[in-house]
Amino acid sequence: MEVLLDVRGLRTQFHTKAGVVRAVDGVSWNVRKGETVALVGESGCGKSVSALSVMRLVSAPAGRIVEGEIFFKGRNLLALSEEEMRKVRGREIGMIFQEPMTSLNPVLTIGRQLTEPLEIHLGMTRAQAQARAVEMLSLVGITDGARRLRQFPHQFSGGMRQRIMIAMALACDPALILADEPTTALDVTIQAQILELMKSLSRRLGVAILLITHNLGVVARYADRVNVMYAGKIVERATARETYANPRHPYTLGLLRSVPRLDEPRRAKLQPIPGQPPDLSRLPAGCSFAPRCAYVVDRCREQVPPLDEISAEHRSACWLARDLPTLTPAEVSGR
Amino acid sequence: MSPKGEEANKTIEANQEEILQVRNLVKHFQIGGGLFGGRAATVKAVDGVSFSIRRGETLGLVGESGCGKTTTGRVILRLEPPTSGEVIFEGRDMAKLSDAELRGMRRRMQVIFQDPYSSLNPRMTVGQIIAEPLAVHGIVPDRAARAARVHELLRHAGLLPTMARRYPHELSGGQRQRVGIARALAMEPSLIICDEPVSALDVSIQAQIINLLEELQSEFGLTYLFVAHDLSVVRHISDRVAVMYLGKIVEITDRKSLYEDPQHPYTKALLSAVPIPDPVVEAGREYVVLGGEVPSPLNPPSGCVFHPRCPIAVAECRAVIPELREVKPGHQAACIRL
Repeated sequence: MEVLLDVRGLRTQFHTKAGVVRAVDGVSWNVRKGETVALVGESGCGKSVSALSVMRLVSAPAGRIVEGEIFFKGRNLLALSEEEMRKVRGREIGMIFQEPMTSLNPVLTIGRQLTEPLEIHLGMTRAQAQARAVEMLSLVGITDGARRLRQFPHQFSGGMRQRIMIAMALACDPALILADEPTTALDVTIQAQILELMKSLSRRLGVAILLITHNLGVVARYADRVNVMYAGKIVERATARETYANPRHPYTLGLLRSVPRLDEPRRAKLQPIPGQPPDLSRLPAGCSFAPRCAYVVDRCREQVPPLDEISAEHRSACWLARDLPTLTPAEVSGR
Repeated sequence: MSPKGEEANKTIEANQEEILQVRNLVKHFQIGGGLFGGRAATVKAVDGVSFSIRRGETLGLVGESGCGKTTTGRVILRLEPPTSGEVIFEGRDMAKLSDAELRGMRRRMQVIFQDPYSSLNPRMTVGQIIAEPLAVHGIVPDRAARAARVHELLRHAGLLPTMARRYPHELSGGQRQRVGIARALAMEPSLIICDEPVSALDVSIQAQIINLLEELQSEFGLTYLFVAHDLSVVRHISDRVAVMYLGKIVEITDRKSLYEDPQHPYTKALLSAVPIPDPVVEAGREYVVLGGEVPSPLNPPSGCVFHPRCPIAVAECRAVIPELREVKPGHQAACIRL
């Protein structure tokens, strides 16, 4: 399928008092038309900075994209002027963030926030934009749109605000949505509502989604393909099914083993990953995961393993990728 | 285990002392109507909650934000006075204690918070944080003995003694939570209220902390009230589980019954909303998406508070407040449709 977004060799760094933080350290990934791709990893792994880099919203002067290309529909976003980039943001690529309250403007009505991009990007009149805004609200399950448009963000619940964010992200009919932890702040029953809504809308409208999350359950349910990130690098990439059934990186394996699962018999003891993620301003030589890895060999501490192909749709950045143990059948599908 | 062995076990359980009894606990907050006007209103955060915990067991208290689970914990700790109801801890009614007695009881009942960063004083070293209660309560008055005790507590929490010289901002989230645990252990409590102790931590670190809590429980015979919203984590750690919705317990039973045979429609919806980390399982799974949102505890629905979102509600549910009653042996639920 046609590649919509193609990130190549992206390197984003932050200059801090503690040194250079290598938040995104030379990653390549893509999103094809209409599919949902997950960037999964723990806090500080670089998944959010990856999305901000795509939007060119990395906060300067501390943060800077130092290397790489980001092709969207064939154009390198990093080569666009700021004015051209503004036409991409919100128009061609929509955004949904974790905390809708901080990403909605508290002093503007929902109506103003929904209609503004329609007027600016699509040149609609006020009346056309109003009608479209009501239509968008009903699309995300908010009835009585005409009245709701006159209300302010604080008059909506967390779940409702996230629906509004989705309506805003979809309003200009984008080809891609970057969703950064879209349901992390929500309760589990509301999370289910929002994710099911996103899934059905993306299918209906053919929108591709970059889903950024730390929740392995959410990834399993919604992603077509998965990129696992650790310490600024992609350590494993595969289809969702392959990632969970046949993980080929010790970090992925460790993550899957460390979470308790509701569909499995309760385990006597959880298997955590020992230690903690490295300081991104003082990365170890070799593989960043080596200090926590159960399968580490000498080579891992000296040479950074490349993200190599294991099979057609499966890559892993581990010297021992082919020799790792497989998950036991019980660990694979809860039998 | 043979059926006979199981029965014997049950008898032992039945004989086990109930370390904490919560009876008809109510906590209402008055808002508005003050100096600056506004209409006075009552938030029914906890609205008639009863349960007990046996010594050495873990009771999981689950529910979504605003259901009252955290307030329940705070009222038990007496960080908030209850509006009404009783909290009986180690056989004594907390409301009838003098201030001095209450201080003594508080030692036996400790808390671990969700965000270890905001609950640790940023200007104190880890060693000072842990040593402070030991000095204040006169548990270890001697300075040298106190330092030794701090090192011992750090080791119990899986930290190196050298950590005593560090400040909270120098630690990772998981290490901070270990400091919070060491501080709680310092008082040699019998009951620890764990309020979302792992929800702010990364997945790979969560398992470390859960294992640590379990090890400490068996080593020191601790009893836990484990307040959380993550149903998978609660199943792993709890012996029994109570599900809260809008200030009320809607279901309470042992872990196995709750997860294998949930009775209340809210519990069923909650369990079905948790995505399983396995695409094959997920593809074949029936998803019950609950409509609507959790109503405001300011203005809870009439009758059963769950009726506006309930897939099996009937007209009567709008009028009748369902009592928590035994629907199966050892399994209580509050629903008139069962």
